[in-house]
Amino acid sequence: MTGSKDWQRYINPLVLGIPSSGIRRFFDLASEMKNVISLGVGEPDFVTPWHIREACMYSLERGYTMYTSNNGLLELREEIARDLGDTYRVTYNPLNEILVTVGVSEGVDLALRTLLQPGDEVLIPAPSYVSYAPCVTLAGASPVYLKTSVENGFQVTAEMVDKAVTPKTKAMILCYPNNPTGATIDRHNLLEICELARSHDLIIISDEIYDKLTYVGEHTCVASLPGMRDRTILLNGFSKSYAMTGWRVGYAAGNSDFIAVMKKIHQYTALCAPITAQIAAVEALRNGRQGMKNMVEQYGRRRRLILQGFKEAGLPCFEPRGAFYAFPDISVTGLSSEEFAQQLLQEEKVAVVPGNAFGEQGEGYIRCAYAASVEDITEALRRMNSFVKRRVSRGKIITAPFGKAEQKKEGYCQVL
Amino acid sequence: MKEILELLENDARLTFKQLAVMIGKEESEVAGLVKDLEKNKIILGYHTFINWEKAGEEKVSAVIEVKICPQREVGFDAVAERIYRFPEVTTVRLVSGAYDLVVMVEGDTLKEVANFVSQKLATIEHVLSTSTHFVLKNYKIQGTIIEDGEEDRRLVITP
Repeated sequence: MTGSKDWQRYINPLVLGIPSSGIRRFFDLASEMKNVISLGVGEPDFVTPWHIREACMYSLERGYTMYTSNNGLLELREEIARDLGDTYRVTYNPLNEILVTVGVSEGVDLALRTLLQPGDEVLIPAPSYVSYAPCVTLAGASPVYLKTSVENGFQVTAEMVDKAVTPKTKAMILCYPNNPTGATIDRHNLLEICELARSHDLIIISDEIYDKLTYVGEHTCVASLPGMRDRTILLNGFSKSYAMTGWRVGYAAGNSDFIAVMKKIHQYTALCAPITAQIAAVEALRNGRQGMKNMVEQYGRRRRLILQGFKEAGLPCFEPRGAFYAFPDISVTGLSSEEFAQQLLQEEKVAVVPGNAFGEQGEGYIRCAYAASVEDITEALRRMNSFVKRRVSRGKIITAPFGKAEQKKEGYCQVL
Repeated sequence: MKEILELLENDARLTFKQLAVMIGKEESEVAGLVKDLEKNKIILGYHTFINWEKAGEEKVSAVIEVKICPQREVGFDAVAERIYRFPEVTTVRLVSGAYDLVVMVEGDTLKEVANFVSQKLATIEHVLSTSTHFVLKNYKIQGTIIEDGEEDRRLVITP
């Protein structure tokens, strides 16, 4: 008889020590309920454009079902190089500077494993996407958080980096436009950070999966900044811009020696990204620009709609300039992120992701994805509005004897 | 303006307020623009798109190719007008190619449509010939797929 208890002792303590995703528990709760409007989905609500799906089907009909080279189809790498060149004026040699990966997720893992040794430290913006810190830990190194906040627009600043850097710091992960905050990073800010990266000899792993989804200003590709191309591992993919999340195809671009070693891990662990997905990605890059722009325009309008909705509900929300997330501050309700999300789900059947799922820096916030139809967004906002109104009026009465507004974060929760 | 039109074309039920927020304008300004668009007949109407078959109503429609003899000064327009004034006729388009007008006719029964074609349409002066195709099935109309099996299949929450 082997119960789960026995198995625990076989498991690598490093892996055991990694907390499971905070989203999981909430997902179980939400998926049991019917008629839930979800603003909790971190992927486009569009289905992959038809021409891309059709190209994939054609490739299957012709029997393209084999492995590709470890690097990925040369055709795809050429298209990626062309796209990066056209968009950001940064050139990569498709022969040895680009590796096609199984989504950016694999790219993050490969880059970190190629780079890190035990004892190394990696700077990670917080709040941030859920996988960076666990991947750093799995690679044997330690994550160090750069705590961004609404005051600096959830942007990493040079000052934060400067304070966090130690002799052990080897790399820094950047992810702008950002999941979960929707923040973008200002070019001048980025320039200062890059300057520090140079002086401290840091490698930057830049996850730019949301680059095309920039609504205010223009996205700056880290590798395109002076002197940064050879210090940056650029990660990107097709999931968000071309609505291709389930295809699992992304890429890493960088120094050829480094890419060669990333490829070594990739060839032993993944072999190659699925060929059907790679063929679809070629079609996306060749003929998908207009379709992508149309989708981005729609996100842009919904972004305004959701911002206005939070304003009317009395939830302060920092203006997201990219991705498809809004990150409103819910502390006015006196609830913690998890309480808010849970009660909102139970009472109003609206699913959002509690901010603390993205690290403690996200506490007091919820992540709402506006990759949803206008109808759903409008209805979700209406429900959220009445939920917040109930909480705020109730909170005020109950907590009146407790006094200070500053205490509300800790204060209200117990009372409610 | 183009943006407003595109948004309304896709969903005529958007309120002025929603439109205003989505395109970053004042509600009153949007209301004024839409009123102008209506007045200038750029917006011609707001309709509900109904799958009558699913509603249990049998309707018969036909696509009719019509060859006509154009007339001096008015060209095809005068004959086209004689055709499109009939309420049975839902669409009339002048096209290039082997025939001149594509006429869509709708009726309650096959017989009704057939009678309309033989008695009204084909007998109009300057109509040279008609060729009637009864519609067997609609797959997509005005950009909308009739039986679209593609629904939101995403998980409720993903990172």
